[in-house]
Amino acid sequence: MEALLALSIGLLTACGVYLVLRARSFAVVLGLTFLSYAVNLFLFAMGRLAIAQPPVIGAAATSADPLPQALVLTAIVIGFAMTAFVIMLALKSRAELGNDHVDGGGEP
Amino acid sequence: MSHLVIAPVLLPFLAGVILLLLRDLPMPSRRRIAATAAIGQIVLAVLLLCAVSGGDILVYALGDWPAPWGIVLVADRLAAWMVLTTALLALFALLYAGSGIDRDGRHFHVLFQMQLFGLSGAFLTGDLFNLFVFFEILLIASYGLLLHGGGAHRVRAGMHYVVLNLLGSTLFLFAAGLFYGVLGTLNFADLAVRIAATPPENLGLVRAAGLMLFGVFALKAALLPLHLWLPAAYASATAPVAALFAIMTKVGAYSILRTHTLLFGPEAGPLADLVQPWLLPAALATLAFGMLGVLAATRLTQQAAYLVVASVGTLLIAFGLGTHDGIAAGLYYLPHSTFAAASLFLLSDAIARRRGASADFFKTSGDIPRAGLWGGLFFISAVLLAGLPPLSGFIGKFMILRAALDHSALPWVWGIVLATALLGLIALARSGSLLFFRSHPDKTEVTNRFSPTSQELVPIIGLLALAIGLTIWAGPASNFARAAATQLLQPEAYIAAVLGGAR
Repeated sequence: MEALLALSIGLLTACGVYLVLRARSFAVVLGLTFLSYAVNLFLFAMGRLAIAQPPVIGAAATSADPLPQALVLTAIVIGFAMTAFVIMLALKSRAELGNDHVDGGGEP
Repeated sequence: MSHLVIAPVLLPFLAGVILLLLRDLPMPSRRRIAATAAIGQIVLAVLLLCAVSGGDILVYALGDWPAPWGIVLVADRLAAWMVLTTALLALFALLYAGSGIDRDGRHFHVLFQMQLFGLSGAFLTGDLFNLFVFFEILLIASYGLLLHGGGAHRVRAGMHYVVLNLLGSTLFLFAAGLFYGVLGTLNFADLAVRIAATPPENLGLVRAAGLMLFGVFALKAALLPLHLWLPAAYASATAPVAALFAIMTKVGAYSILRTHTLLFGPEAGPLADLVQPWLLPAALATLAFGMLGVLAATRLTQQAAYLVVASVGTLLIAFGLGTHDGIAAGLYYLPHSTFAAASLFLLSDAIARRRGASADFFKTSGDIPRAGLWGGLFFISAVLLAGLPPLSGFIGKFMILRAALDHSALPWVWGIVLATALLGLIALARSGSLLFFRSHPDKTEVTNRFSPTSQELVPIIGLLALAIGLTIWAGPASNFARAAATQLLQPEAYIAAVLGGAR
């Protein structure tokens, strides 16, 4: 499970970095989304991987660390808001500049 | 537990919410609410400063959960100093926005208060993840403020700014996650204790997390080579927003200083002075390249933006020296450079309004009405920014140069600081003479010849007066900066105040 999760995070990050470096705003937004997925999984894994352990003391023999789950929740909420914002900005940029290049397609 | 610590965080938040609820009020009433909140913020910041000036470290445990389990807000001298600088800057930026700029888009005052909320929170928090949250608050407000007024050039600059900062936030989360995964805590004081006791097999991971964090803060502070977003973003923002953004790079500098002294201070064992080898060279390069940008700028707002880059370079040189005197010099230089840069942003907008189509571009145009007044204000601002005697820029740079006397990088620091001061002087003298002397009597642009209004003059003169006040009361100000530096270099007191009986 550790190897699978590490590979997933690595693959998501690699795809995210590649897409963020693209010139079109759609690819950049997708790249940012991939990166935020990667970081959410990473944060989650920082509480250690375990199966069938509730984050509640006393509910099972051992309990999982609840803090990373709270951190991930915060990160997801913020990431969601930021993605919504950057999509709106990309649309506005497409409307105002007439193209979807991240640099606005050269000087006006 | 004094509630004073959380008051500067809550007041702008409440003001922002009230302004959002009362968004249908006429603009003058909304301005009055916003200005009242800004004045209240100054009062709170002064009270906080008085409360911590004796050397006490005030800790506020949110929900009364003791550290390191709950989130704490911590007010020490450095945090109070930063909150006061922000509050003073914000009042004058807000007054300038009252000249009509706040009508250019919706929710200006709401976003402005939320930005102050994020800034105060970032300075006062004592928790790494909480710092991330406050960073996001101030960033999302700054995205809105940057795009305020609309227009293609703002959207283009905004896109870069937003994407780069989102990448920075991702990196911040990776770093915070790594700290938690390895050390099991996110509280600054607890982190400091555990970093010092890192087992050898985890040293690499903690070092990676620390350097990632430094990268994020360097991006916020616009440290070379991560400064490329700043000139376009600041030059395209409206004047009061650009003036408020003068403190934004200082948030990055503050975070570098905080982590540098508290987490990776001399007590951190093998991880002590983690960023030391990077900070000083990067800061020197930032100053040099920033000043080249000042020389190459084609318009006054762009020049002001590059001056912000250069001032960050100077500030981080002071912090990068790592000595008591260096940090004290930097803390004295910080409010000075913030106020001076903000005054130049406001001035360039006021000048641009009076030059018709030439705006603030460096080319000859018609005479500016009341050129003596605007030229005089520009002169004071330029003297401050170039660091000429007798004003505070000179005192700040002198303190930095003196702090570098015993440092091994002395030739580099002196050489670059003094050479860039000359370049800055040349660039500002050229701008001033182009804007005010090489004009021709012009009868076509009669419509732009309006007289100075109090909404323009009060904030500009106010900011310049603050910088001059820093010159007149340089003694008390530098004494406070020294006391703050002493406190920063004794992280045991901070750790004891936060963790208290928990350990």
